[in-house]
Amino acid sequence: MYDIKETYKARSVEEALALLEGHPGAVLVNGGTDVMIRMKEGKLTDAVLISIMDVPEIIGISLRENGDIAIGAGTCFRDIYHSEIIRGAVPALAHAANQVGSPQIRHVATIGGNLCNGAVSADSVPILLALNAELELAGAQGARRVAVTQFHTGPGKTVLQKGRELLTAIVIPKEEYAGRYGSYIKFGQRNAMEIATLGAAVCLKLGADKTRLEDIRIAFSVAGPTPLRCAKTEAALKGMALTGDMVKALRQGVIQEVQPRDSWRASKQLRLQLVKELGERALRQAAEEAGGTIHD
Amino acid sequence: MIKTIHLTVNGRAVELGVDQRESLTDTLRNRLGLTSVKKGCEAGECGACTVLLDGKSVNSCIYLSVWADGHSILTVEGLTKENGELHPIQQAFVEEAAIQCGFCTPGLVMTGVEIANSGKTYTREELRELISGHLCRCTGYENILNALERVVGRKENGTL
Repeated sequence: MYDIKETYKARSVEEALALLEGHPGAVLVNGGTDVMIRMKEGKLTDAVLISIMDVPEIIGISLRENGDIAIGAGTCFRDIYHSEIIRGAVPALAHAANQVGSPQIRHVATIGGNLCNGAVSADSVPILLALNAELELAGAQGARRVAVTQFHTGPGKTVLQKGRELLTAIVIPKEEYAGRYGSYIKFGQRNAMEIATLGAAVCLKLGADKTRLEDIRIAFSVAGPTPLRCAKTEAALKGMALTGDMVKALRQGVIQEVQPRDSWRASKQLRLQLVKELGERALRQAAEEAGGTIHD
Repeated sequence: MIKTIHLTVNGRAVELGVDQRESLTDTLRNRLGLTSVKKGCEAGECGACTVLLDGKSVNSCIYLSVWADGHSILTVEGLTKENGELHPIQQAFVEEAAIQCGFCTPGLVMTGVEIANSGKTYTREELRELISGHLCRCTGYENILNALERVVGRKENGTL
């Protein structure tokens, strides 16, 4: 038996917000694959759970009139992986969605839960950071939009006002994905049912002749207290020719911008090595996706 | 608190009173006697408790029974035909000796049924990924993959 005091089922965003307001300390739950484990481990006790798995308005993937891609927060990873919209426009996100847990987990676990749990190891987050995705939050006081780069504030912590707000959608603006190519590389001890030891994502745009970086974003998970971007390295690489020097600049830059720590999963030293190595591999993979050739 | 839920279990409509703290594994085993649903890790890692929820494989150990209200569940008990004939996936497991201790078998069979229901064929590598939510500590997976290949296999070059 789980340590649950009461369970509720919301059928709409409005109902979920009303239930949250009426039950201080209540926890929103969708697929439950993280929340249930927190209860198992005794980290969540005497829980009041508000299920949002039956809220149709936050499920599904759509292409908005302006070309932006909107992913409902309650969309499960399986549906993201199989979505034609996602595979066509942001294949690196489809790939990242398929790195989560196992097939059974991906059938119920949602992208919204992956974000809101605030885990530094969340598989969907590095590529969303590199895509400059935006998050739509609903609250009793109205809706607001937050850049995913501003969302995480610490391990397990986000700007979401607990008990008052609900993540409804993840938006990838058209200008952030059109003409850009991305990659996500996860490192773990095994290929399935694994929490990332480190994750690296790159999203880049090449110049017209495909010999130079017009723009690049680099993001890592488990390389600091939150999933993070490497803004200084990005700025340094912008405009560089696709050469070994560019790769070297990435390797030297990213190491200055991360703050990994020792944990039982891996040492700080190994993570620093992975930051360089996976950063480089993610860069090479994204450049190849974009049709560029790196001249070492 | 006891809540009333309605499920379709192995094709049969059932009305049940369940404790809202109870996992779907416990409801299926203790209230409905469906003991093919195994309790392994009870943390969503080993796949022994896998059942099909509306046709999709889920870990029933980390799924509350109250969440399954209004949905359809399939377990191994629902696979066998009235005349005792096994599901093609079960038959393949028998023929390939894909079973040793048997603890992981019901879960793997249900994932196999889900794969077969997709109507597609898969390479061995794809099958390895599709069963990656199951742990088997006896077989080394080879005979399990052989069994699945019998039903849904496809060679790398596209031939069966």
